[in-house]
Amino acid sequence: MSAITSEAVWSEQGTTPDAIEAALRELLAQRHAENGNFVPARVLNMIAFVDREWSGEIANRLRGVGRYHASRLLVLSYEPRRERLDARVMVASEGEPAPGELALLRETVVVEIGDRHLDDLLTIADPLVVTDLPTLLWSPHGYHDVVEGLLEMSQAILLDSVEEPVAREALDRASALNARGTYVVDLAWLRSTPWRERLAAAFDPPRLRGETRRISAVSVRHHPASTVAAALMVGWLASRLEWRVEALEEADGYAYRGSANAGGRDVRLSLDVAPELQVPGLAGVAIETASGRGLSLDRGIGGLRAHWRAPDGGEREWTIPGASRGEAGVLGEGIRQALLREPTYVPALNVARTLLP
Amino acid sequence: MATITTEPDEPLENPLTAGLERLPVAPTTLVIFGATGDLARRKLLPALYNLAHEGALPERFHLVGVSRREQEHEDFRGDCEQAIRRFSRRTPDESVLASLLETVKYVSGTFDDESVYAQLGEVLDHFQQLAGEPLNRAFYLSTAPAFFPVIVEALGDSGLNRHEDAQVRVIIEKPFGTTLHEARELNRRVLAIFDETQVFRIDHYLGKETVQNMMAFRFANGMFEPLWNRNYIESVQITAAEELGIGSRADYYDSSGALRDLIQNHMLQLLCHVAMEPPVSFTAEEVRNEKVKVLQAIPQPTAADVAEMTVRAQYSAGHAGGEDVQGYLEEEGVPEGSITETYAALRLEVDNWRWAGVPFYLRTGKRLARKITEIAVTLKPVPHLAFSQQGSLGVQPNQLVLTLQPNEGVSLRLGAKIPGTRMIIRPVNMEFLYGTAFLSQSPEAYERLITDAMRGDATLFTRNDEVEAQWRICDPIVQYWGLAQPHTPGARTDGLPQYEAGSQGPREADGLLREGDRWRAI
Repeated sequence: MSAITSEAVWSEQGTTPDAIEAALRELLAQRHAENGNFVPARVLNMIAFVDREWSGEIANRLRGVGRYHASRLLVLSYEPRRERLDARVMVASEGEPAPGELALLRETVVVEIGDRHLDDLLTIADPLVVTDLPTLLWSPHGYHDVVEGLLEMSQAILLDSVEEPVAREALDRASALNARGTYVVDLAWLRSTPWRERLAAAFDPPRLRGETRRISAVSVRHHPASTVAAALMVGWLASRLEWRVEALEEADGYAYRGSANAGGRDVRLSLDVAPELQVPGLAGVAIETASGRGLSLDRGIGGLRAHWRAPDGGEREWTIPGASRGEAGVLGEGIRQALLREPTYVPALNVARTLLP
Repeated sequence: MATITTEPDEPLENPLTAGLERLPVAPTTLVIFGATGDLARRKLLPALYNLAHEGALPERFHLVGVSRREQEHEDFRGDCEQAIRRFSRRTPDESVLASLLETVKYVSGTFDDESVYAQLGEVLDHFQQLAGEPLNRAFYLSTAPAFFPVIVEALGDSGLNRHEDAQVRVIIEKPFGTTLHEARELNRRVLAIFDETQVFRIDHYLGKETVQNMMAFRFANGMFEPLWNRNYIESVQITAAEELGIGSRADYYDSSGALRDLIQNHMLQLLCHVAMEPPVSFTAEEVRNEKVKVLQAIPQPTAADVAEMTVRAQYSAGHAGGEDVQGYLEEEGVPEGSITETYAALRLEVDNWRWAGVPFYLRTGKRLARKITEIAVTLKPVPHLAFSQQGSLGVQPNQLVLTLQPNEGVSLRLGAKIPGTRMIIRPVNMEFLYGTAFLSQSPEAYERLITDAMRGDATLFTRNDEVEAQWRICDPIVQYWGLAQPHTPGARTDGLPQYEAGSQGPREADGLLREGDRWRAI
């Protein structure tokens, strides 16, 4: 749904999944007949269950993901009192193919549904996804019980733990979904990727690897609504470095304090709100080691701002270049991650659940 | 700087890298020799920007440009900025660009001038002091090939080829010699200063996702390997065709020609990927060992062989892209009477247990019908054609085509029954297109190669014995074609075949084919 320059559209009121599926086939054949170099993308199905009132906002968010647009996007647009099933199908490409080159076609199906369709949601969605492609389910406006029925046809679920009002409940839900065998892609986790990469790099030189065993304090600053992201960051360090943790204690209603046991050694842990941060996620991470080293990373202009303190007290600051992906970039990355299997999220999630009471 | 004494139980692995798609790259200063040249502007600087944009540069990274042009650091930063804005695959983010260029330094002077290396040493020390820790050093030789040994030896003389606490690497652009003798001599001079583990010889084809995919295609799919031998394969055809002419590269191209520009390096690498045995692991040494074995199994041609197994030609005026285009000799900058080939085709054999008797056809050329790079593997025909009575004229051997560009994918030609009451067969294609199956955009080859060189991973670089093995095959052809001799104006060989621009190539190329084989349409 990025810069679309070529689109074929079909719509019908009072329609059926069969008719929608037939229209999809017809539009694809029509586009191929227009130009044999139009080929349908066949990577991933995505089902978005959205509140009709907010569907425009979701469309805007999906427009920003560019090439990470799912091959077939099925939007189930929910309006409680709706009786009739209406649908609109779009088969779009980002342009006409240049001679000798291909142009990918991406399909978007918007189905308007109401309360009376919820019990049979699976029978509406299932015929409308491409067989044999993995399916990613996203329900950005909640409705967890409603989309439960769609889990059996989905291999992955996209969620954003920072959007849940209660942090612990968000973590429990992710954990329960994982226990059911659904691969969880959590945007709260993906926002921390650059931070995790940089911390891994800081301790990567062989002479510094041992420093991971001397970490004595970790503090994470975060957006007021992103406690989950901070807990996942500490969870990642604790699970990778095999620390034993206990529940953190709330301090002043805005912060958490506690400690981890790292093989008989204490590691002080703190999560603090950064009220100045305007976007979800982390504002900074600081690590201290028993040998007197200190590393902190903070959001900066043009990348993360690093501050390093050596055991002799010498200090250095520099910027590690890197562009902000923005929320659209994070969502796009979430869609891409549905095709991968990241092994460190679940261990981090398990620790985070212990950390947050 | 204080150092930490390592305890016996220090972890050998970094536990924090598990699950990360991008592995850390050690802090590095990259020095580009020839930093104001075309390659640096068009490829290297944009690649560095894109790595910075994605947060894929080392945690501490500094760039130093070295070139003959006299200018200040600020001027060079301005040049870098312009090049990145013009040639980057994405619009630069202003703050990332500023952050990348903030500490860029420039050293001017000729590459044989000792003082250049003294200045360079000072800059490298300055960056190290700034970082407060040892920084790896990567010297990228993006200069004319004549300067490669000059720079390498000067780095050695100034002691910049070694560092007590950090890795020092040298990245050498192609061409690595223009004859076997030159390649050996260059290897000798480079390896007198650097260990082989420090040397990264670039063949940018190896950095392309499409080439790396060939290994995944062969070794991650069980269905092809049982067929991948002389019992089932009739022939292999590797084509790298260009629709364009030489453009403004007459100087380079006329001294190189199609054989040295593409076959000696890129196309022999593609052949290796098709013919190599599965490596024990995908480490640099194992992969390169297997490729060298393939090159060693190709017999070195004698002069008599060259006449039989090669064809060269030059394009004459014709039509391309709906326009009239001039012939090679009319192109701006091409010396009068040049005998440089713009088309080369070879028939090679890989004399080993797996491939004995299977011809490998290689062809490349400028101003051909269209741009395509592909590998076509033709299987032997079925032993008994039960449908021959029914007039199934369309039955053809199966052909597996791996297309590297422009539409990367795999196509398998199968025989299928035409719908109807009679059993009539015609070929159909089963197509797989990478573009339809992945969400991610492939990084530019140079982005991958620069990162790998900084990480010290040599898998996608050419080893010394590999380069020499490639030259061992091509050198007799170069000698026979007389390309090793300096060009004499007016000494054009009358017998050099011509092909019309925009065509399929010279008819003489058909003479290379074994009976029953034919070139695929370009």
